[in-house]
Amino acid sequence: MNVVAQPLAQPLARPAPPAPYGMLAELTHRCPLQCPYCSNPVDLDRRTVELDTQTWLRVFSEAAKLGVLQVHLSGGEPTARRDLESMIRHCVEVGLYTNLITAGVGVTPERLAAISDAGVDHVQLSFQGASVEVTDKVSNFRGAHERKLAVAREVRRLGLPLTINSVVHRANIHQIPDFIQLALELGAGRIEIAHSQYYGWALRNRGALMPTRDQVFWALDVVEEARARLKGQLTIDAVVPDYYAKYPKPCMNGWGRQSLNVTPSGKVLPCHAAETIPGLDFWNVREHGLSDIWLNAPSFNAFRGTDWMPDLCKSCERKEKDWGGCRCQAMAIAGDAAATDPACHKSPLHAHLLALAEADAAGGEVAYDYRRYVVPDRAN
Amino acid sequence: MTALVTSAIPRLARGVRLRHDEARGQWVLLAPERVLNPDPVAVEILKKVDGVRSIDIIIDELASAFTVDRERVATDVDAFLAGLKEKGIVTLAAVTVGDAAS
Repeated sequence: MNVVAQPLAQPLARPAPPAPYGMLAELTHRCPLQCPYCSNPVDLDRRTVELDTQTWLRVFSEAAKLGVLQVHLSGGEPTARRDLESMIRHCVEVGLYTNLITAGVGVTPERLAAISDAGVDHVQLSFQGASVEVTDKVSNFRGAHERKLAVAREVRRLGLPLTINSVVHRANIHQIPDFIQLALELGAGRIEIAHSQYYGWALRNRGALMPTRDQVFWALDVVEEARARLKGQLTIDAVVPDYYAKYPKPCMNGWGRQSLNVTPSGKVLPCHAAETIPGLDFWNVREHGLSDIWLNAPSFNAFRGTDWMPDLCKSCERKEKDWGGCRCQAMAIAGDAAATDPACHKSPLHAHLLALAEADAAGGEVAYDYRRYVVPDRAN
Repeated sequence: MTALVTSAIPRLARGVRLRHDEARGQWVLLAPERVLNPDPVAVEILKKVDGVRSIDIIIDELASAFTVDRERVATDVDAFLAGLKEKGIVTLAAVTVGDAAS
């Protein structure tokens, strides 16, 4: 009776996960900027492997059917895709809310008008600094800041809601009050103050990016004060710096729980950085429907819910609040994607993480390893 | 406590959309980086926020559709729309300048 005993011994099938709310569509990895903390993987997709228009349109239709409500059209620089407007029109047709996430370099007023006419709902514009010097240095693009200012004004002139996105780190953390002022001057309704998260490019550049503990706590106070002062005028959302935190961030609000991410070449990931975890099997929209991927891809089920957790997380009263923190950070620091996120004070590696941050923060001036296409080393 | 001029015409701000979410069987209000779940009363009001109907007309229609006292509906609609206006979710266009009593 061994044949029967085997299946019976297996756990019951898990309940189907709820539908995702958001989908990040990384339309391309091409981008004129070279930010050293870019959330794209170190091994960037080239244009030749990008999905074609028809495939993206199918993916958007499938996303809407699956229950996705908001699509974030991102990259790289999404306006590098000439078919962006047709994708926006299609999203509007199938009822998806579209959020354009752009660097605002190389986007003409004519292009913006076409994007607006296509029906885009919201524009999120990045600023690498609150001044010409910082933006141009961090993005490694002379003239970037001025171009961004022009795009922001054009977005507002078209009547579109604007979010300013600023990733903060050692070279610009002191500019947080200036970023907030800039957002107000540009008529943005919302600003994201996102502390750099250390995966991929940012992990490579951690020595150049990490702020000190004092800087981070000062930044948190500044944001809190501004939030209270500007209530009703400017929404301030913050992505917290977790190396100095007590509790881990609830990364993605749980793995495979609310959102998914489609790469330029069609791989579907539970988060930006998931490819840094070795051994996960990512399914591609060229071979599978989106719903099939969401429900059945091994990569999505790997860390879904709480079953995968180590005892330290499983026995924690915050397990459905933090969702075990970040799997990619566990991989990067603990060398085990199923470990407790070292950002959690209960992790045996918490002191180690803090020591890494403090050592990096004390590193002084370090040159950036700018984001670029790197030829993979096949020589061994 | 009436805060809004009831001859004004409310509309959803650009970047805000009301839609029925088939997958979850509920109405949702989509805004930049936010998904709001309006309660059933809010949904009935929001469905009439179309950039054509004035607040007065919305109140009239809701009062007759649900056979509720007009004063009560007026208070609810006013409080609800004033809150959304403050959050930038709804904008108001005045029709007759002369109506702007304080």
